[in-house]
Amino acid sequence: MASYNKPAKRYRALNRSLGGDIGVYIVLAIIGTIMVIPLVYAIAQSLKPLDELFIFPPRLFVVNPTHKNFGDLFRLMGTSWVPFSRYIFNTLFYSVTGTIGNVLLSSMAAYAMSKIKFPGRSFLFQMIVYSLMFNATVTGITNFITMSALGMVDTIFAIIIPAWCTTFGLYLMKQFMESSVPDEVLESARLEGAGEFRIFIKIAMPMVKPAWITLIIFAFNGLWNQGANMFIYSEQLKTFNYAIGQILAGGIARSGAAAASTVVTMIVPIIVFIITQSNIIQTMSTSGMKD
Amino acid sequence: MSANAAVQDNKPVVRKDISKFSWTIKEIKKNKVAYAMIAPFFILFFVFTVVPVLLSVVISFTTFNMLEWPKFVGMDNYIRLLLDDEIFLIAIKNTLVFAAITGPLSYLLSMFFAWFINELRPKIRAFVTLIFYAPSIAGNAYLIWTILFSSDQYGLINGLLLDLGIINSPILFFQDKNFIMPLIIVIALWSSLGTSFLTFIAGFQVVDKTLYEAGAVDGIKNRWQELWFITLPTMRPQMMLGAILSITGSFGFGDIISALVGFPSPDYVAHTIMHHLQDFGGMRFELGYSSAIATILFFMMVGANLMVTRLIRKVGT
Repeated sequence: MASYNKPAKRYRALNRSLGGDIGVYIVLAIIGTIMVIPLVYAIAQSLKPLDELFIFPPRLFVVNPTHKNFGDLFRLMGTSWVPFSRYIFNTLFYSVTGTIGNVLLSSMAAYAMSKIKFPGRSFLFQMIVYSLMFNATVTGITNFITMSALGMVDTIFAIIIPAWCTTFGLYLMKQFMESSVPDEVLESARLEGAGEFRIFIKIAMPMVKPAWITLIIFAFNGLWNQGANMFIYSEQLKTFNYAIGQILAGGIARSGAAAASTVVTMIVPIIVFIITQSNIIQTMSTSGMKD
Repeated sequence: MSANAAVQDNKPVVRKDISKFSWTIKEIKKNKVAYAMIAPFFILFFVFTVVPVLLSVVISFTTFNMLEWPKFVGMDNYIRLLLDDEIFLIAIKNTLVFAAITGPLSYLLSMFFAWFINELRPKIRAFVTLIFYAPSIAGNAYLIWTILFSSDQYGLINGLLLDLGIINSPILFFQDKNFIMPLIIVIALWSSLGTSFLTFIAGFQVVDKTLYEAGAVDGIKNRWQELWFITLPTMRPQMMLGAILSITGSFGFGDIISALVGFPSPDYVAHTIMHHLQDFGGMRFELGYSSAIATILFFMMVGANLMVTRLIRKVGT
């Protein structure tokens, strides 16, 4: 061949024209910029000194960055009636206990529903699918009635226990187990006399690591971002997010600190997603709904 | 593998020596451990999801204020809602308009951006995925839009328009009836590339690549044909889940709306059923009446979902 000593030419991928590729890049670049501007603007605002926050014409970027706004935020936290560390502790406590219970209960149920053939399992799964079709607004008021009947209103249980049964978590875990845990392995363990609980913990769970990482992230993000909760009145049971909202309602003088708090709350979920992205994508790849 | 599973599935079913009922009882006894494993989750699921839904249907036929025993009033709440409550009709209209725009748009945007992102190389792909997904997990970052569109000259948009001489005085974006709906729709879309978007991102990655080569042989010429004839039909399961998440999500922006334009919103222009529910349930404690609202909302959401999933089932058949 004539071209044997030339570097291999890169052929265009199947069905891909150069013009189309350029079009895709341009669309992604434009929309990506629009998506990211508000987040960049939040970060820029949080770093602006007071005279740059109120300047005309306003600038997107910061000229003389300062960390004073973050200092202000912590100083404002010190002025609250309930010590601020209490709100931080609450949020952490709710997030951790809620997430642990959520992952345990939904994986256990998902294992039984995907790997043990018991009567009623397809009916129960159908109910889970239906529950994805409406959100908690619908059940808010009657949940309040149920919870007051159970004596849970204004206790930590009003937040933690409902967080243990998110149906989307069960759904994801069940779909993932169905396609990633081979039945043959479980069958041979059963023949050796292992009980279902043992098989679940020792064999199935290690095989679905991406799924429980995903469940942890989704549950934790939900609890972490939780603000006011209609079942909680006591100030000392409220969350970090709620308290920060209250502090920052204080108007213009606090807009630097407000931007700082937005940055603080958004940075945690974003970093967590960066670290766990490949696990989450892997879990979502089995999440489709077969009919 | 699936054929194998089918054989295993069928084996116990074809037994003819015992009745279906006693076979079921036998199976239940044999699988006691399975019921033990699902019990903790499903007990909570019944207490916090199933019971509340049923209870709200029941209470919607009564008047109830938490203090006195509920009194049965038949269809009164529904009649009052539909005939006597003008604001509820506004709320229904707003909810439907909002859901009909954000639901399908967010779904299509999730799908197309995921498709575009899938054309990139893995390292860049992960980065661009993050950029598109970040707004949906960034806590209350949507509040930054109130500064971007702030009503004074220090807001970025007003400042820019003033500086360029396009307008003479700042626009009150979040108080002006003409701007509220479009603005919250844009913000809702911005924050809506969430879980359904990730479902599509993942779905595009696991399509069997050999199908594309086979398709090229059969005369598929460009990426659009490839998407329509090969990718989407194989991604039907992801499209189903994505649709459900987008539709349910499109009914769930009540809190974002309250945070951006206040509650109640100016002239009720952004008043949705969620807000009406909050008004009567959370503030006036008319639980019977608000349960009727919740029941209507429930059937609207489930109805919209069933309609759309039925439609998607027809794709490619």
